[in-house]
Amino acid sequence: MADHYSSFDRSGTSWLLQRLTAAFLVVVLAFHFFLLHFVNHAADVTFAGTSARMSTWTYFSLMVLFLLTATFHGVNGVYNTVVGQDGVTGWKKTAVTAVLVVASLLMVVQGLRTALVWTNLF
Amino acid sequence: MSQSYDRGTVEDFGRWRSFSAGMWAWIFHKFTGWVLIGYLFTHIAVLSTATTGPEVYETTIQGLESLAVVRLLEVGLLAVAVFHILNGVRLLMVDLGVGLEAQDKSFYASLIITGAITVASVPTFLSGVF
Repeated sequence: MADHYSSFDRSGTSWLLQRLTAAFLVVVLAFHFFLLHFVNHAADVTFAGTSARMSTWTYFSLMVLFLLTATFHGVNGVYNTVVGQDGVTGWKKTAVTAVLVVASLLMVVQGLRTALVWTNLF
Repeated sequence: MSQSYDRGTVEDFGRWRSFSAGMWAWIFHKFTGWVLIGYLFTHIAVLSTATTGPEVYETTIQGLESLAVVRLLEVGLLAVAVFHILNGVRLLMVDLGVGLEAQDKSFYASLIITGAITVASVPTFLSGVF
């Protein structure tokens, strides 16, 4: 039996959150792709159409959760690859962590700003 | 009875001929993960054009969608996303200890299903661009 290959320490909160967000993203990413490429075609996207979808609480909250979980899952994956697996330590670890935290915050803030432009819920 | 082998580092690509299915799955999952997080940043940047007005948003999206190379990249993105999803489900199963003895077969199944879904999606992605 081969050893278990994983970038993660399976005892930590990071590992559990990575799995929980994965289970959520499996469904929502597939839904997102299906809705915006097969039901509605990306080439036909309009501001009004996006706005109509984002003005329902169900879709709006799903997309906000999608943004938060995808950012966490992706950035945490990069963190575990660079820091956990490749063994970066010291000031380099601090620098990598800082860059990833700042990049995540920028993406979430920018994503939320954009979401608020589309919605008329508030 | 589990047994440990000294396989060296997976990153030593000179050893790719001796990689097992699980090691290929690990590499593909990592590669597709990097692509997806890179795309997420790009995606949010493109969608952010909505903050400057409806016309800019529509012009940007429709302009990008009119390019054949963008449509082809979307097919590639679908392939990457589908594999990451299917192999992700496989990893969740492995972590739960379900079907460990078939983990190599489930990797091959992930590849085949990814290929089938990708090929089937081509007409949808390329419609109207040529």
